[in-house]
Amino acid sequence: MKLIIYFRCFKGIVLREALRFVHQKERFFSALVRPLVWLGIFAAGFRSVLGVAIIPPYETYIPYEVYIAPGLIAMIQLFNGMQSSLSMVYDREMGSMKTMLVSPIPRWFLLCSKLFAGVFVSILQVYAFLIIASLWGIIPPISGYITILPALVVSGLMLGALGMFLSSAIKQLENFAGVMNFVIFPMFFASSALYPLWKIEETSEWLYYVCFYNPFTYAVESIRFSLYSQINLEYGIGIIVFTIIFLFLSIIGYDPGRGNLQKKGGK
Amino acid sequence: MHAALEIKNVTHKFGEFKALDKVSININPGDFTVLLGLNGAGKTTLYSLITRLYNNNTGSIKIHNFNVRENSSNALKNIGVVFQQPTLDLDLSVEENLHYHSALHGISTVDASSRISEEIGRIDLNDKLKSKVRSLSGGQRRRVEIARSLLHRPKLLLLDEPTVGLDIGSRQMILKHVKALCKKGDLAVLWATHLIDEIDKGEKVVIIHDGKIIESGDVSKVIKKTKQKNIREAFNKLVGIKT
Ligand SMILES: Nc1ncnc2c1ncn2[C@@H]1O[C@H](COP(=O)(O)OP(=O)(O)O)[C@@H](O)[C@H]1O
Ligand SMILES: [Mg+2]
Repeated sequence: MKLIIYFRCFKGIVLREALRFVHQKERFFSALVRPLVWLGIFAAGFRSVLGVAIIPPYETYIPYEVYIAPGLIAMIQLFNGMQSSLSMVYDREMGSMKTMLVSPIPRWFLLCSKLFAGVFVSILQVYAFLIIASLWGIIPPISGYITILPALVVSGLMLGALGMFLSSAIKQLENFAGVMNFVIFPMFFASSALYPLWKIEETSEWLYYVCFYNPFTYAVESIRFSLYSQINLEYGIGIIVFTIIFLFLSIIGYDPGRGNLQKKGGK
Repeated sequence: MHAALEIKNVTHKFGEFKALDKVSININPGDFTVLLGLNGAGKTTLYSLITRLYNNNTGSIKIHNFNVRENSSNALKNIGVVFQQPTLDLDLSVEENLHYHSALHGISTVDASSRISEEIGRIDLNDKLKSKVRSLSGGQRRRVEIARSLLHRPKLLLLDEPTVGLDIGSRQMILKHVKALCKKGDLAVLWATHLIDEIDKGEKVVIIHDGKIIESGDVSKVIKKTKQKNIREAFNKLVGIKT
């Protein structure tokens, strides 16, 4: 099949996601309000309790809001990834998944395009958040606004692929509340989003290991370093490995030969 | 000439349950064929196999001689589908929905625009092109879905209970529209339904019951063979409904 056909398909899928985003203002709004509430209430409340000493990539002692900003950015992407991927399972949306899957273009390409489309939307949300956060005094080096981009792409892909895999594999995740309880909250809390890993290690060793192997931690830390125009190889490689694993699993999940689709009745 | 759709010996199980049992169907270009069966007969399962939403590993399914399993891309290129459940994006306009579908088939934007205005004209909804799908009636949405399924100029059109839940006026309009499409060119149509009154005399029917094809052929022949007065009585007799 010709390259141009793939390109048109990709463009169409991204455009649709962008249009839905424009049309669904509530979704954009709630995606933005959520991290701002954390920033305004949680961070403000805890800033006196939780001071964060100097750790890379920071060069000075930082207020707590500054510490949790990357975690909140990753949270935007986590919600976005779960929402756009898992919404495909629900009846209302399964239809659009079906129309996509009966296209003659190879399925892996369709799924990857869909993921990229979701990532694109999440990046718009992140930049909106960064603008508002700057009014709060959370201001990274100017170059950070650009260097964060590759990290956002990879972490968006990882979280989207995770959501897509879950949507193909898990029957029980019937509603978003279930996803919140069993995926989003555990991933978010057991990560380096709210507290640095060394602080967790001081309190509980097993929790430290949970956080350390939590893919979400890799998203948070990759974003944190890139926001300060730095690269942390360990997290950078880790996040890429997780992305490849989740992508692979979700493509298998939607492979008609394995039939996760038909286990759910495809309805 | 190849059959528009050739299904040979397809069986499909959900666990131990056989939803389809050695199904074979042949449809020629230009045929309007009704796939008639009660709820739960296996119609949707069969469609999911033809469109490769489910994998089939028994028998073979060919669309214009392209095997769905081995040559899925070419097979899918030739199929247009209207699913049982509505699949339009309610938050997008009619036009945006149709452009999205064209992109999924790799059609250029320019081509898509001219095809969209052609198809939308055929279903008489020119004035709704910019409207949100949400604002359309059930019948109008179905017509848009039919227009959409034709944008990539398929040779086989699959419709899964397309008139369920619509009022009589819309039902007749859609039925007439699809039958006319079929007469014009060599488009083959497989129309799944449990509504017997959607079948006309000169057409073909495939009767499916509990996953098996229990009768198929010209409507008049099926009536004759079962020694009944009309297709309703023939169907009732075949599936064992007492009247
Ligand atoms: N995903 C599934 N898992 C298990 N059983 C199924 C599934 N989908 C359909 N069935 C069963 O297979 C049979 C055929 O269903 P279906 O193809 O939907 O029938 P129809 O479309 O003719 O109403 C029914 O008995 C139904 O309960
Ligand atoms: Mg059905």
